[in-house]
Amino acid sequence: MNLETAAHPETLRRVAIDPISRVEGHGKVTLLLDEEDHVQQVRLHIVEFRGFEKFIQGRPYWEVPVMVQRLCGICPVSHHLAASKALDQIVGAHKLTPTADKLRRLMHYGQILQSHALHFFHLSSPDLLFGFASDVAKRNIVGVAAAYPEVARQGVLLRKYGQEVIRHTAGKRIHGTGSVPGGVNKNLSLVERDELLKDIYQIIGWSRDAVHMARHLFEQNLEEYNAFGRFRAHTLNLIRADGAMDLYHGGLRAREAGNNGDGKTLFDHVDYNHYWEHILEDVKPWSYMKFPFLRALGPEQGWYRVGPLTRVTQCDFIPTPLAERERQEFLAFDGGSATGATLAYHWARMIEMLHAAEAIKELLHDADLQGDELVVKGERQERGIGMIEAPRGTLIHHYRVDENDQVIRANLIVSTTHNNQAMNEAVRQVARQYLDGRKLTEGLLNHIEVAIRAFDPCLSCATHALGKMPLQVELLDAEGREIDRLVRGTCSAGFQPAV
Amino acid sequence: MNAAGVPPALLVIGIGNPSRGDDALGPLLIERLEVDAPPDVELLTDFQLQVEYALDLQGRREVVFVDASLEAPAPFTFNPVVAAADASYSSHELSPGAVLHAYEKLFGEPPPAFVLAIRGEAFELGDDLSAAARANLEAALGFIRQRISDTCP
Repeated sequence: MNLETAAHPETLRRVAIDPISRVEGHGKVTLLLDEEDHVQQVRLHIVEFRGFEKFIQGRPYWEVPVMVQRLCGICPVSHHLAASKALDQIVGAHKLTPTADKLRRLMHYGQILQSHALHFFHLSSPDLLFGFASDVAKRNIVGVAAAYPEVARQGVLLRKYGQEVIRHTAGKRIHGTGSVPGGVNKNLSLVERDELLKDIYQIIGWSRDAVHMARHLFEQNLEEYNAFGRFRAHTLNLIRADGAMDLYHGGLRAREAGNNGDGKTLFDHVDYNHYWEHILEDVKPWSYMKFPFLRALGPEQGWYRVGPLTRVTQCDFIPTPLAERERQEFLAFDGGSATGATLAYHWARMIEMLHAAEAIKELLHDADLQGDELVVKGERQERGIGMIEAPRGTLIHHYRVDENDQVIRANLIVSTTHNNQAMNEAVRQVARQYLDGRKLTEGLLNHIEVAIRAFDPCLSCATHALGKMPLQVELLDAEGREIDRLVRGTCSAGFQPAV
Repeated sequence: MNAAGVPPALLVIGIGNPSRGDDALGPLLIERLEVDAPPDVELLTDFQLQVEYALDLQGRREVVFVDASLEAPAPFTFNPVVAAADASYSSHELSPGAVLHAYEKLFGEPPPAFVLAIRGEAFELGDDLSAAARANLEAALGFIRQRISDTCP
C-alpha cells in the first residue's frame, strides 16, 4: 500500500499536524486512520505561495535581485544570487569578471554556512540529542543550551559568522544589493577581509566538530537512523565540469536510485538553460505544490531528491581537503548505508558546512576579491535562467523580459518543490514504521516532523507578525467535523496530542 | 561601536518584510528613524529574529523590538518583554522573549527590553501599507522619538 490515497477515505479518522513546527511557513500533514488506528493515507501538504511570480512580473529587471530576497526570510541570498545569474543572461554577461564571480561565491558560502548552522543546531539538534519522543519542554535550542552549552554557543557563533560574510559581500546585513545583473557593485576591502580572516580558522574547527557530532549521533543510533523514513530515490544536482561539488554553478547531473548511491547516470553536465527538456512538473489535486519529475522517466517513476545528501553522495569529490576527507568516511561508513538514509541529511549537511568554511578561507586569501572590475555587459537577451545549489537543494529562477525592461514572465522552482515527493515518501515510511496501529502521542507525531525537518524545507513565508503562527493539531471525524483541537502554546505548558 | 568598542546604549530592531503589506511597519519605522537618530542609538532591521540576535544585545542599556501586530490595539502598544522559553524556539524565527532567553542562557541577565507592537491589518506579499497602518506608524514614530530623546538625552 503506497499510502498516498486511501480506498475509502470517508470511513476513516483524520489527524492533521498543522502547521508543522520548526519549518518555515505553513505545512500540514494529514493522516487517515481506520478504527484500529492503522494508517491508511498520509499526505504532506505545503501551502506554497504561488504569488511569487505575480509579485515579480511587471518589475524592471534590475530590481529583481533585491525584490526576490523578500520571498524568504531564511535564504534571501540564494534568491538574490539565482536571480542575478538569470539576469546576467538578460544583460548578455556570459562570463563575469573574476572579482564578481568570487565575491558572489563568497556570499553564497556565507549563506550555506549560516543556513546549515541554523538548521542543524537550532532546529534539529534538539531531536537528535534528546530523542524524537523526549520531553517536549526540553526539546528545543534552550534545552540544548542548558544540557550542552558549548554546542549551543558554537551554533550561534557559526551562524553569526555566516551572516557577517553576507554583510561584507552584500553590503548590508539583510536586503543586500551586492549582486547585480552582470556582476557585483562592490569588492571586498582589505579591512573587511581581515575582519573575516580573524575568525575563519576557528569556524573551520567548529564545523569539523559539527561533522563529528553528526556522525557520532548516527553511530550511536545506527539501526534506527539507517531505517528511519528510508526510501530509494533518483537524484538531481548541479556539478562542476570536472565532477567536483560546486554549489554556485555547474551542469545538471541526474542519477537513478541505486543501492548506496551507486545508481546509473541518467544525464550529466547538462546545460541548465534548457532544464525543461529534462525536468517537468506534475500537479496533484490534493496539493498546492507541484511535483517535479525527470521527463525521461515520467511522473510516476521520475521523482527525485535534491539537497545535501544528494550533493555529497553524487559529486565525484569535494574540492576542499577536510570536507573531502569527511565525505570519504561518510561514503565508507557501515558499507555505505548512510548514503541512502533520510537522517543522514544532517551528517551530509555538516560536511557541506565544513566545505563552505574551507571555501570561505580559500576565497579570503584570493586577491581577486579586491579587484576593481565589477560588471560586464554584452548583447541584451529576452530570456534568462539562473540555477544555484541553495542550502536545501537546487533552485531555479527563470525570467523573460520585454523591450521595456519589464519582467513579463517568471518561474521559480525552489528546493522544497523538488523534494515534494521525496518528503511525502519519507513521511509515509515513518507513518508505517512508528504510527501504524498505535495510539498517537505527541512524541509519535514528532517522528513525522523529524522526517520533514531532515530535508529542512523552507516554505518561503516571511510573514511573521505577532499572533500569526499558531501550531495546532486537529482531530476530525470522517465528515471533516472537528472533534478535538490543541494549539501549541508555550513549551513549558507542553503540547499534548488531541488523539 | 565607538573607538573603545562600546556599542550604542539603545538598540532598536525593526522586524518585518517590507514587501508584505503591514508587515513593513517595523522596517519602515527604522527607515524613518535613520534620518535623525542620535549617535547613541543603533538601528537594525530584519525579516525575523533568530538566535544570533542575542549577540547584538550585549552591552546595551535598553533594547526595543518593533514589530507589526494583529493583536495589539491601534495605534500601538509598548510593553516590557522578559526572557521566556516560548514555542518560537521550534521555528525559523524567534520571539523577542525567546531571544532574551537565549541571551540569558549564553551571557546572563539580559538588558531591559520592550516591544513596540504597531497594529497592522493586511500582510500579503506585494500589498502596500494599509491606510490604518500608515496612521499607526505616525503615532508610533512620535512615541519612539520621545522615548529615544528620554533615554539618550
